[in-house]
Amino acid sequence: MRKPPGLWATVGALLRKELLVELRTLESVPGMSLFAVTTFVVFHFALNQNTVSGDEAAGILWVTLLFAAMLGVNRLFVADQDQGGFDAFLLAPVDRTAMLLAKALALFAYLAVLELVAVPAFGLLLLGPPLHQSMPDLLVVLVLADIGIAAIGTLVAALAVQTRARDLLGPLLALPLLVPVVIGAARASSPLLVFTHPAGSQVRWLATLALYDLVFGLIAYAVFDFLLED
Amino acid sequence: MADIEGEPVLQLEGLARHYDERDALCDVSLSLSAGQTLVVFGPNGAGKTTLLRVLATLLRPHAGDVRVLGSSLPDEAWAVRGRVGLLGHEPLLYRELTARENLRFHARLHGVGADRVEELLATVALSERADEPLKTLSRGMVQRAAVARATLHDPELLLLDEPRANLDPAASELVEPLIGAGSGPSGLRTRVISSHDPAGGLREADIVLGLRDGRPVLLRDAGDVGPDEIVELYR
Repeated sequence: MRKPPGLWATVGALLRKELLVELRTLESVPGMSLFAVTTFVVFHFALNQNTVSGDEAAGILWVTLLFAAMLGVNRLFVADQDQGGFDAFLLAPVDRTAMLLAKALALFAYLAVLELVAVPAFGLLLLGPPLHQSMPDLLVVLVLADIGIAAIGTLVAALAVQTRARDLLGPLLALPLLVPVVIGAARASSPLLVFTHPAGSQVRWLATLALYDLVFGLIAYAVFDFLLED
Repeated sequence: MADIEGEPVLQLEGLARHYDERDALCDVSLSLSAGQTLVVFGPNGAGKTTLLRVLATLLRPHAGDVRVLGSSLPDEAWAVRGRVGLLGHEPLLYRELTARENLRFHARLHGVGADRVEELLATVALSERADEPLKTLSRGMVQRAAVARATLHDPELLLLDEPRANLDPAASELVEPLIGAGSGPSGLRTRVISSHDPAGGLREADIVLGLRDGRPVLLRDAGDVGPDEIVELYR
């Protein structure tokens, strides 16, 4: 009998397919980026102030990134559900965890591209303090928050896509679960978005983010198989 | 392997499956040996597609003993995956990707080499259009790509849901070596085919199963069944 592919070979095949489909359709990342930039413009006018900093800046940044991420989460499994990708995957002799990992990695990549556009746009349109000084520390916060959003987003998207009200159910399930990520990320980035020399992000909040990532990574790993089952 | 040990490839005893309150399959029992072809007839909604999806391990049986390739479903479904090929109403291919990209993706999932992909593209006469997105191809071409996808890993059991529905006669001939009688490396591929074509279906069948409202109303050797009996199923 033919040897089935290993976990990482399967993850590689799925991730490659995922990115190829996104490159062809441009259904997720451009929409997410455009949404974020538009939201910053709206905030710019709605707040009636030229610049923001500190807690206010961190709140605006993370709420905007969270809602932009929701657009990607909602689309994550749509092609698989509508075009039979789930069935094709389930027919293959592969570890089902591979789909969780590939989808989470794809969502992480979408978030990274979103932030490549959104964070500089935020710096230009709204943020008072210069961004470059705090960038290395902010990068750590972004990575930790993105891991959490990717794990929770993948889990929720897999659940929501099998329902008729998937566009509604995705955000309804994901947003409450992502509130701790937004709190952690906003608190950790707030000291980085001030005029005084960055004091370094708060370690306590980074640890909270990392712990939340770990917990939801393990939950997703434990239940993902059951979401794919009939 | 089931056929080597003399065990039937399919052994169903009282198989049932329902969707909420509705019985999609009820008390289906049959046995199919290696190399045989079971053709399933029945009007729309009779349970043909549900039967194929249960055998493919995509749906769990709700009652009965179901053994596929010597493994009991649903507990040993993992042992069946990769040994079954399913050609359903949907091609299970991504519209945005090309035929070659789709087949290479499936080849990776089944541990099959890229040379097999090229061989199949040539067999179904898609080599020249293999780098065009699937959404730009005709339904017949997509169906040929789907046949290549279903047979990519040389499955021991082939589950075919109206396999020639979108194919013209020339295309049907093209896919014959892949899904026809005597296909497969050993020429002993076992097939379950759902069909609405009495004459064509009977030509291919060793055993005929007629379903109505999920219940078996006809189960006999194909030689003992006339086309009129099949037509009667649809009345």
